[in-house]
Amino acid sequence: MSEKTVIIKIDGIEIKAKAGQTIMQAADEAGVYIPRLCYLKDLTPHGSCRVCTVKVNGRYQTACTEPAVDGMEVENKTQELEGLRRDIIDMLFVEGNHFCMFCEKSGNCDLQAEAYRLGICAPKFPYLFPDRDIDGTHPDIFIDRNRCILCGRCVNASRDVDGKTVFEFVGRGSEKKVAVNADAKLGDTNMALTDKAADVCPVGAIIKKRIGFAIPVGKRTYDQKPIGSEIESKS
Amino acid sequence: MSDSLQKKIQEICQSSNNDRARMMDIVQSVQKEFGCVSSEAMNLIAKATKSHHVEVESVVSFYSFLSKEQKGKTVIRLCNDTVDRMKGCQEVAKALSSELGVKFGETTSDGKITLEYTPCIGMCDQAPAALINDVVAPNLTAEKVKEIVKNLKKGVDPSKLSLGKGDGNNTDSLIGAAVRNNVLKVGDVIFADNDSGKGLENALALKPEEVIDMIKVAKLRGRGGAGFPTGLKWQFTRSARGEQKFVICNADEGEPGTFKDRVLLTEKFDLLFEGMTIAGYAIGASTGIIYVRGEYAYLLKFLKSKLKERYDQRLLGKNIKGKSGFNFDIRIQMGSGAYICGEESALISSCEGLRGDPKTRPPFPAQRGYLASPTSVNNVETICSVTRILEKGSDWFLSIGSTNSSGTKILSISGYCKRPGVYEYPFGISITDLLNDVGAEDAKAVLVGGPSGQFIGKNEFSRIICYNDLGTGGSIVIFGPKCDLLKAVDEYMEFFVEESCGYCTPCRAGNILLKKKLEEILEGNGESADLDYLQSLGEGIKKTSRCGLGQTSPNPILTTLKNFKPLYEALMKPQEKGMQPTFDIRAALGDAEKAQMRKSVLYKN
Ligand code: SF4
Ligand code: SF4
Ligand code: FES
Repeated sequence: MSEKTVIIKIDGIEIKAKAGQTIMQAADEAGVYIPRLCYLKDLTPHGSCRVCTVKVNGRYQTACTEPAVDGMEVENKTQELEGLRRDIIDMLFVEGNHFCMFCEKSGNCDLQAEAYRLGICAPKFPYLFPDRDIDGTHPDIFIDRNRCILCGRCVNASRDVDGKTVFEFVGRGSEKKVAVNADAKLGDTNMALTDKAADVCPVGAIIKKRIGFAIPVGKRTYDQKPIGSEIESKS
Repeated sequence: MSDSLQKKIQEICQSSNNDRARMMDIVQSVQKEFGCVSSEAMNLIAKATKSHHVEVESVVSFYSFLSKEQKGKTVIRLCNDTVDRMKGCQEVAKALSSELGVKFGETTSDGKITLEYTPCIGMCDQAPAALINDVVAPNLTAEKVKEIVKNLKKGVDPSKLSLGKGDGNNTDSLIGAAVRNNVLKVGDVIFADNDSGKGLENALALKPEEVIDMIKVAKLRGRGGAGFPTGLKWQFTRSARGEQKFVICNADEGEPGTFKDRVLLTEKFDLLFEGMTIAGYAIGASTGIIYVRGEYAYLLKFLKSKLKERYDQRLLGKNIKGKSGFNFDIRIQMGSGAYICGEESALISSCEGLRGDPKTRPPFPAQRGYLASPTSVNNVETICSVTRILEKGSDWFLSIGSTNSSGTKILSISGYCKRPGVYEYPFGISITDLLNDVGAEDAKAVLVGGPSGQFIGKNEFSRIICYNDLGTGGSIVIFGPKCDLLKAVDEYMEFFVEESCGYCTPCRAGNILLKKKLEEILEGNGESADLDYLQSLGEGIKKTSRCGLGQTSPNPILTTLKNFKPLYEALMKPQEKGMQPTFDIRAALGDAEKAQMRKSVLYKN
């Protein structure tokens, strides 16, 4: 990879990017936060949640997949884009069954944290009440698909990092869901507690058993500071 | 585990070299053989192809013609597209259901026949139509259906049913379909007689770059709808880095109301094969793939035999036409019932043996396409035009059509009109002229470009078909004075909800929300603020979706909101003192009361 740098503008502010970086990577390094859900550093960008949608030279693109190109003008924190992002997050809430107050991921959940950051108090779309499976067959790991936002992190982590392909998506459209590499259940796979895939779920869909409330609500990551603060503190 | 299953599956995988990238072919064969791809079969396939059970399941569960659950040896798929509904598919559905004694989605009690609905199968000009396994049954009536079911029950093979007589190559013994071509207007480029082989001969006399230049000078643009300049696409692919390059022909026309590729594949395959060979030469590719939608499986044997003839004539294979070093092969990849696979990167995924998810762009296929190699994906009609440009020259091509839109456009015209069929016009034809030609002078609305295009009304009928005005992939559906336009809109939204790949949030969830709101309005429970809701949600989905499907799926709603707003307004109830008059407290409490097993204390009536 060449060390050539390119200059892009985000909301009018010039930032430096290394050639080959995405807008998201460049922004992160420069301390500019672009909201996101499916993107996780070190995993192949999935580009599925669409929360990181920005406007690049007037066109809508996802910052997590779009390469930074010299002279690019990026809009990030505009009323329009924040509105679009709120709608997307809203859709994810009504499309699943999210019981934040009882979910053990509360306070550590990226979906909840983005909602707070963007100022969502209650969803504006009607609930869709899907009927989704839970799977508690694995001794150490639990799947509750009611919370799954189909971000693909578990799929990519298991395939690319763990080398196991424990997860993959099946079905299409609203029937799409995360499936496991077995006739039926997670307990029949070779998933291990130490797998990267056990660590990456942004919501309460793949969780480790018996550690849920070790840190009490109120003292968790996003209870302290809004999501994105760690990035913004760099600037 | 049954030994015969094991043996047969090993055989099937072996015949595809146990190649994981040929997963589509493998699972299609298994489905055909066993009526399903069971979990047991998935394990065997995974083992043979060195993939994982869940990856096989991922593919099988994506395509509507494949299934994990057992289906009957015969599957009847009735097309319930909007045009078929106009032409009475409901009566046919009723007859099918009562003759078979099952509902749609079910299999007869003896396990032999499965009945299903399917969206547009490319037969809108002879609707209502159904697929009986691979066999096309056009122009159905309740009477015909009774006869068909009687014979099927007797054990008659679907291919032996008497379904009527086709024309042209449809009568060829390798097709033997009741399908009619219905080419009602022959234009100068595609349907005109051509000097077969001349295009390729001329191309081989030039340098590859010169061929690309000719296409550029002719200003040929993609006929699939997006309209990207073909020469530029080829140039990008040619100059991209990669040892191997590929030419893919997109024959997955899935847009409701389109069927022109069906006719091109039946009658103009030579123009197509020749064009792909020219493309291979120009780009520097030695492999071409034609991705044919699963609905057109009835053409497969015929197309394969025509390909074989070309190999025999050394028009394909090694050192084509004696040009040493120029090798080009073509294979056919069948789809399995997924509209999204018409999107070029989803189509590539499918060719690679994956679920038909679109890919992240950039990189674009020209840089990194099929199996990560530079790939040019072109529409059937585009490639046929290429052959003619090489035969007759760029200037000839430029002289046909209108400014910035050279050549002709083939339209599939159906719905409310006297003469549905395939029409080839020079670019620049107005909607009014077209309506006169097809016998639909009193049309109320025209859907240009299918549901992903736009609904236009009378005041816009003077607009013309070309890249600067009404661009279209070629689907034209006409709505008559009495038709219920908003019902059609609702049906099209149902189609998009069904066909979304589900990868990205706005398309997967947003379209459902759009449809829900529309239903509310159609049921008479809408208020004027709902129209703003539809507008802003629809625009949001378009802006944030990942591929063309989501970027266009709100169009049925958005373009009727724009051009037929009074239809919506007529359904609105006025607000009374800021209250929503349509809110039904009893219905809203219904579920909760059921759960509580008692009536609400506060709201009694
Ligand atoms: S289970 Fe979690 S990590 Fe996996 S797709 Fe769903 S939300 Fe993402
Ligand atoms: S827009 Fe729709 S079809 Fe396209 S990637 Fe997103 S979910 Fe899939
Ligand atoms: S973070 Fe970019 S699409 Fe999800």
